[in-house]
Amino acid sequence: MERTALRRRLTWQVGTVTEIRQETATARTIVVDLPDWPGHLAGQHLDVRLTAPDGYRASRSYSIASAWSGQGIELTVEQVPDGEVSPYLVEVLKAGDPLEVRGPVGGWFVWKPEQPGPVQLIGGGSGIVPLMAMLRAHAAEGSTTPVRLLYSVRRPASVIYVDGLKELAASDDVDLTFVYTREAPPGEPRVGRIDADLLQEKAFAPDDELTTYVCGPTPFVEAVADLLVAGGHDPSRIRTERFGPTGGPR
Amino acid sequence: MGIVSPGFTGRRRGGSDLPPGQYLTRDFPVLSAGPTPHILTEHWEFSIASETGEVYRWDWQALQALPAEDITTDLHCVTRWSKLGTDWKGVSLDTLFEDVETGADFVMAHSYGGYTTNLPLEDLLDGQAWIAYEYDGDPLAAEHGGPARLLVPHLYLWKSAKWVRGLVLSDTNDLGFWETAGYHEYGDPWKEQRYAGD
Repeated sequence: MERTALRRRLTWQVGTVTEIRQETATARTIVVDLPDWPGHLAGQHLDVRLTAPDGYRASRSYSIASAWSGQGIELTVEQVPDGEVSPYLVEVLKAGDPLEVRGPVGGWFVWKPEQPGPVQLIGGGSGIVPLMAMLRAHAAEGSTTPVRLLYSVRRPASVIYVDGLKELAASDDVDLTFVYTREAPPGEPRVGRIDADLLQEKAFAPDDELTTYVCGPTPFVEAVADLLVAGGHDPSRIRTERFGPTGGPR
Repeated sequence: MGIVSPGFTGRRRGGSDLPPGQYLTRDFPVLSAGPTPHILTEHWEFSIASETGEVYRWDWQALQALPAEDITTDLHCVTRWSKLGTDWKGVSLDTLFEDVETGADFVMAHSYGGYTTNLPLEDLLDGQAWIAYEYDGDPLAAEHGGPARLLVPHLYLWKSAKWVRGLVLSDTNDLGFWETAGYHEYGDPWKEQRYAGD
């Protein structure tokens, strides 16, 4: 099956939630069986549409967490305080419920297994979700492309996909570094944000073949992308996905 | 068509003055495909290239010397947030196009950083679009497209190219960056033209 046609017309389809996994206190993974799903690329997202009994509707976009497997999709949703759709997805939705989605969308923040060159992934918080799809696609394809992940989280309990990540990190081709910004686990001395020294030590050096994917809250992505550019990385080889408020002008 | 979502009632943060499917935000989210370019105004340049290859150029001083307008407008992002009553200052595209001779119907906007987006020329004229360089009384911040961005508020915000550096006129409607990646070629928020084929 064709993995994706970028300009295919997108229609809404109704899937069935088959499983829900709690990832952290505020994030959970929703497994959706979608018989008509056309497939997707690692890093793409979809729209979820909720409809109230009186016909009122609300939609939001979410990154797809799963690699294309032919069985539907997995979403991991972090609850947004004062949100409208995420509280429903994280607290109300249950296995067996229908879920209406449309996608996949986005042809830029994606990794394709045939893409040459190493891959640097840098995620902050729930910014790990599309990066996890890339790591899963990498494993599913048996790709030997070198991949490094820097995953910035507040504390060990904030890590999404902790077991899956440790499993993937056992691969010779995947190098995984957790960066704890508030509280580190025992034996891990460093607490703090990603900085130039850490990038120098743990991330791939600038390279013409390298593709870097940065996903997270806007201030995180701004800071990391600026550090990469200052460190000599070609801006055109850095792909970013931002979410949430800026903390900037209101 | 569609379903009722069991247990969903909605918080209804929309309003009658919002296009369909949008919700209101007071914040100003940032969405960009790559690192934020930091362009110094002394290095900034803006050009319009006609379909015959004639190029019209403005540096920062030339832009500042043109009559500016205060613009109060609503913004609608395809990711579904809308922000109402935002205040900008900039130069109308009508002013910049005054001496441009063209019979072209389409424009590709090009940005520092490599971003592109396509628009019909008629959507940039008649008081509908600006090169904006102030937001809320301050110089436009780099993360929001400063020093200057295109502002075409009647279309989804991805059409308002940040860090704009030039417009290229064309007889053909070629697709820009997001349009090639599955987004709608025109992007009218009131018709919910989000993705190709909507």
